[in-house]
Amino acid sequence: MDWELLRTSFWPMLHGGLVGTIPLSITSFVLGLALALVVALMRISGQPALAGIARFYVSVIRGTPLLVQLFVIFYGLPSIGLTIDPWPSAIIAFSLNVAGYAAEILRAAILSVPKGQWEAGHTIGMSRTLTLRRVILPQAARVSVPPLSNTFISLVKDTSLASLILVTELFREAQQIAAFSQQFMLLYLEAAAIYWVFCLVLSSGQSALEKRLDRYVAH
Amino acid sequence: MSPTDPLHPPATSGPLLTATALQKSFGDNQVLKSIDLHIDSGQVVALVGPSGSGKTTVLRCLNGLETPDGGTVAFRGGPSVDFGAKVTKKEALSLRDRSAMVFQNYNLFPHRTVLENIIEGPVQVQKRPRKEAVADAERLLARVGLAEKRDDYPFNLSGGQQQRVGIVRALALQPDLLLFDEPTSALDPELVGEVLTVIKELAEEKWTMVIVTHELAFAREVADQVVFMDGGVVVERGHPDQVLRNPREERTRRFVQRLLNPF
Repeated sequence: MDWELLRTSFWPMLHGGLVGTIPLSITSFVLGLALALVVALMRISGQPALAGIARFYVSVIRGTPLLVQLFVIFYGLPSIGLTIDPWPSAIIAFSLNVAGYAAEILRAAILSVPKGQWEAGHTIGMSRTLTLRRVILPQAARVSVPPLSNTFISLVKDTSLASLILVTELFREAQQIAAFSQQFMLLYLEAAAIYWVFCLVLSSGQSALEKRLDRYVAH
Repeated sequence: MSPTDPLHPPATSGPLLTATALQKSFGDNQVLKSIDLHIDSGQVVALVGPSGSGKTTVLRCLNGLETPDGGTVAFRGGPSVDFGAKVTKKEALSLRDRSAMVFQNYNLFPHRTVLENIIEGPVQVQKRPRKEAVADAERLLARVGLAEKRDDYPFNLSGGQQQRVGIVRALALQPDLLLFDEPTSALDPELVGEVLTVIKELAEEKWTMVIVTHELAFAREVADQVVFMDGGVVVERGHPDQVLRNPREERTRRFVQRLLNPF
């Protein structure tokens, strides 16, 4: 086992994780979640046109590979005159992708809040928007933490695909060092280990968040 | 006593609510065929009748939780809203804000403390100063014997306590009309009394209330007017002693008999 290579390759990889993987994941997740809320609300709006657009969007995103979505944006759009740099391309692709999955999670979470909560908001004089914000979403948030955490953990791993559009992140660092040293097994296992640690940290964060939000559900 | 004292109903008298020819269908099912209601300030009206007779739908129409297909609803000092014609959102909301509902299943907000449940409407909707709303909420809580529960979450309370909070949440809005939808039906029998006691005290203070209930003994005690509904129509109405002790109509008599002697 080449301990020296393991040690010297660790820092570039960790650096790739800290400046690539993690900010890419967080930015895409936040943007994706915001878009997901819009899509979820369109779907439950009761307006056939809005609901149709939302359903179509979710269907396309979930029905096509993430890698293809990424390539369409980075390699495809330039042929119609729209060239986007690697980093923003990755953010756009991952955000749109997360939104497709998270929209369904949020929709289900909102629908899981009992109808009586909407009625209670109505009877104390709240508009539907205010009821949504003050009554429904806080309760839906608690329900959606576990499935959204899964989406986020998947996203962290999926960002490795960004290496294919030349974004400097954890896996691209691993590939470059591996190509140079020819120690593929060692370096890819090391990359896997670093991803795993990231995800372990996220999982414990999920548990803490669930505990904190526990008061948001009826027992 | 200030005019907005939450411990007391608005000091007025005379007719408060007039509803005429209310109709409501769900699909092919005509739940309300033609319902008239006249309620004076300070009156307690008990709506009784077999399940499926439309009692709850009447309450929900008054609070805007359902939109009637036809008929009119008018509160004193407000417009007469004709549901046979096109009803603007503003008209519908003007009705909603006159009354407040106490639900069978309480429907408290599980993510907010008892106090937060109560001040939500006054602060978020009525835009009253938070300090004032809190002071009012505390006085109301003390009156229903729950002062020490102000910082608890609803799931830590018994059903009877939750329903008393539900009543306080409605009172805090200072509505002209309180609507109770089978307020004790979801409660264990030993908890029914504490909720009925609160409602009885409100009746003595001359709050105007419509109560959908199966507790006929309670209706006889607190109501000024009993309205017996069956099949989407009012079969009989009048003083509780008359309707519940000496009903004129055969349908009323059968219903009362069934509730008094269920076996």
